[in-house]
Amino acid sequence: MTNPIADIEKADVILITGSNTSENHPVLSSFVKRAVKFHGAKLIVVDPRRIKMTEFAQHWLRPNLGTDVAWINGLMHVILNEKLQAGDFIEARTEGFEALRERLEKYTPEFVEGITGIPSEQLIAAARLFAGAKAGSILYCMGITQHISGTDNVKSLANLAMLTGNLGRPGTGVNPLRGQNNVQGACDMGGLPNVYTGYQPVSDLAVAKKMEEAWGVTGLPTQVGLTVTKMLPKAHDGELKAMYIIGENPMVSDADLNHAEKSLKNLELLVVQDIFMTETARIADVVLPSACFAEKEGTFANTERRVQRVRKAVDPPGQCKDDWWITCQLASRMGYTMAYDNSRAIFEEIGRVTPSYAGITYDRIESEGLHWPCPTADHPGTPILHAQQFTRGKGMFHAIEWIPPAEQVDDDYPLYLTTGRVLYQYHTGTMTMKTDGLNERSPESYVEISRKDAAVHGLEDGAMATIASRRGAIQARVKVSPTAVEGTVFIPFHFAAAAANKLTNAALDPISGIPEFKVCAVKIDKAA
Amino acid sequence: MNAQQTILINGREMTFEGGETILEVARRNQIDIPTLCHLKGATPTGACRICVVEVEGARTLLAACATPATAGMKVQTESPAVVEARRLILQLMLSSGNHNCAVRGSDNQEWTAFQLKVQSEDASDQLCPVWGDCRLQDLAYRYQVSGERFDATPTQYPMETVNPFIVRDFSRCIQCGRCVQACNEVQVNNAISFGYRGPHAKIIAAGDRPLKDSDCVFCGECVQACPVGALVEKDARYEVRPWQTEKVRTTCSYCGVGCQLDLHVQDNRVVKVDGADVAPNRGSLCVKGRFGYHFIGSPERLTTPLIKENGEFREASWDEALDRVADGLKKIRDNQGGDAIGVLTSARMTNEENYIAQKFARAVLKTNNVDHCARL
Repeated sequence: MTNPIADIEKADVILITGSNTSENHPVLSSFVKRAVKFHGAKLIVVDPRRIKMTEFAQHWLRPNLGTDVAWINGLMHVILNEKLQAGDFIEARTEGFEALRERLEKYTPEFVEGITGIPSEQLIAAARLFAGAKAGSILYCMGITQHISGTDNVKSLANLAMLTGNLGRPGTGVNPLRGQNNVQGACDMGGLPNVYTGYQPVSDLAVAKKMEEAWGVTGLPTQVGLTVTKMLPKAHDGELKAMYIIGENPMVSDADLNHAEKSLKNLELLVVQDIFMTETARIADVVLPSACFAEKEGTFANTERRVQRVRKAVDPPGQCKDDWWITCQLASRMGYTMAYDNSRAIFEEIGRVTPSYAGITYDRIESEGLHWPCPTADHPGTPILHAQQFTRGKGMFHAIEWIPPAEQVDDDYPLYLTTGRVLYQYHTGTMTMKTDGLNERSPESYVEISRKDAAVHGLEDGAMATIASRRGAIQARVKVSPTAVEGTVFIPFHFAAAAANKLTNAALDPISGIPEFKVCAVKIDKAA
Repeated sequence: MNAQQTILINGREMTFEGGETILEVARRNQIDIPTLCHLKGATPTGACRICVVEVEGARTLLAACATPATAGMKVQTESPAVVEARRLILQLMLSSGNHNCAVRGSDNQEWTAFQLKVQSEDASDQLCPVWGDCRLQDLAYRYQVSGERFDATPTQYPMETVNPFIVRDFSRCIQCGRCVQACNEVQVNNAISFGYRGPHAKIIAAGDRPLKDSDCVFCGECVQACPVGALVEKDARYEVRPWQTEKVRTTCSYCGVGCQLDLHVQDNRVVKVDGADVAPNRGSLCVKGRFGYHFIGSPERLTTPLIKENGEFREASWDEALDRVADGLKKIRDNQGGDAIGVLTSARMTNEENYIAQKFARAVLKTNNVDHCARL
């Protein structure tokens, strides 16, 4: 997030898109709901499903799946057409505006309605409301990123924020809601194929030299590595021989699971380090048991870039060990000594090689976390990014064209499928499914379908249905629901027994490498 | 607003800012006015009246939480009239439900009868499930009040236990309304409200249906807000006592909001979770963060390294398992190059562990093939 969570209550207009906030980020959703109910903020929700947040919305736009660039361009078209843009901000802080203006010309409300299905008067009303915000906050999640155009979608939201001057001030911002406790930290720490900690590029020779000196090694690779979504095909083709998978369950979370399973089974050596015997661990050659969050010391970075302490409350069961200890043991056994007394010592090393973390210490975050960048010991942290200037200096507008999703409905597969989470389960369920109460509230997978589509396909609420895509088929219970929009069904991806990701399309965004989980074509029939 | 305005509380002169209540000014100056219904961040209701104070010139005692400070106001927070009023309020509350914390006097037969009634309704032979963690009990001791002055009222509404997370014990409810505010003003889930009237008042969900059949999402904000034993975590009720647990502050391991938690630990087990009143969550949690902790001590946890032989896992020592992995990776790195190996680090692990994992990939395996599930 460019802005802290508490800032949401300072916004007077909030735009939520691609985020089922009250189910996936419940505590954060309360900030939005309070802003609307008690501080007079106006909420715009753009989502095909009738999610809970729509009840708090002034405007609810219901686009067709995979049409995000179109409606965002449409909003900007209206804003320019009515001269509601933030001229001073554009002039002082941005570049590339003319190219954007040209690109937006054809995105008239009528043209956009043809693509998105959003009535033009609704688009115009939402554009006027957002452009009129003193502080407009944009919140988005995987409904924006899990598309082949995910990067374009994010850039389009950034365009909208810049066009209306909604960056760098309290209550504004382009705010991705991170879905995992430390996905921000995993990125910050260089758990990515192209960067070291603090987003220092692996291809920058000066950075490589710095890391070689810090680590006392030579020959650090300077070629960008493989993303997870590229590793699996390489494993499938036999180019990748071994994988060391720590705390991940791609056998449920990956797109096109049948392919993922074949790929992993093709490895010469699969090592899985986890707290449970996950679907992925089951096919491993060696499984290493690790301690969970309540059994260890360390830090997580949350979605607002706040680095916070994790503390040990209980001893781990059996012989479970801290993940860092296990990895260090492997390093030492392979001839490179990695020895640390504790997590604090590791964190101190992180600070020495990572400018944005350099000023953060365990002592400083003892009672409350700090937002990076925090370059020095006396720096207060940076709750709001881009206050004076953008990372690259001026903010770049990207003139973006809408492209349709990779897979379209047709006669054989006449319905769109979109996937997501439910309130009571979490990701692949390895943690939440250990709590009986959560299973009682959300016991099994289901396919959420509109009344009309259910009637067309001869499905009754509560009956079992077979849902098939070009890649696989699963069975799930039918849930006829007003949440569903006609033409689209929704299946939560938590449940390995009816894994939605057996159906999803592994087509990737060319930049981010994120699969298009949010759109694929399926057919649905009464289960035999 | 004139920042120089002053108010006199217990004879001490204090400055205040426009809009501040007597309670806020007093608390800022370390004067302890007791409250029950007051919930930080929510609209003051003055419902319980335990915070009454004496204001010179006022015809009645005033609720400090709902009365704005005004210039020149003279306030007494523990005058005989105030203490008498608080004692009466506490006596009424104690007589209105199953407050069997032994505050109630024990010098007549009534005590035994009362305990037996509560124990039978509770199906427990212990004292109140929130003994030692109850604001009403605290105040009863502070003001030396027992519950005998008025006859005990019969239990009007049965306990609700039909959901997996929260026990609603209406017999211990003091109608302070903190839960209603927590639900409607803090989490804004709008699931519960005041129902019925006068002596029949009850906190209800969805037209007086069980929570599980209402808009309740089991965030538990109401449980954390409840000052008495009316709302208690089902798993912790009669199982977890504050003097037997240790609290450890940490960060939630579910979504990316990073809520701060207090894990209650008893015999090396996490037995209860509270939201910590600091940024970013200010005490709030969701159902997963508050109730989804059983995986920590689950018997299904892996406990030993495992090596697969002939398609079956067998237990192995750390030395054997680590050597097996190190040898395997080394062979592939040395023969095919580090780029024949991929490392998936984890958005579930700490920063420190992610740092170590990518350092291992780069410095030891000599590959940048390191990624995690941000994309999934």
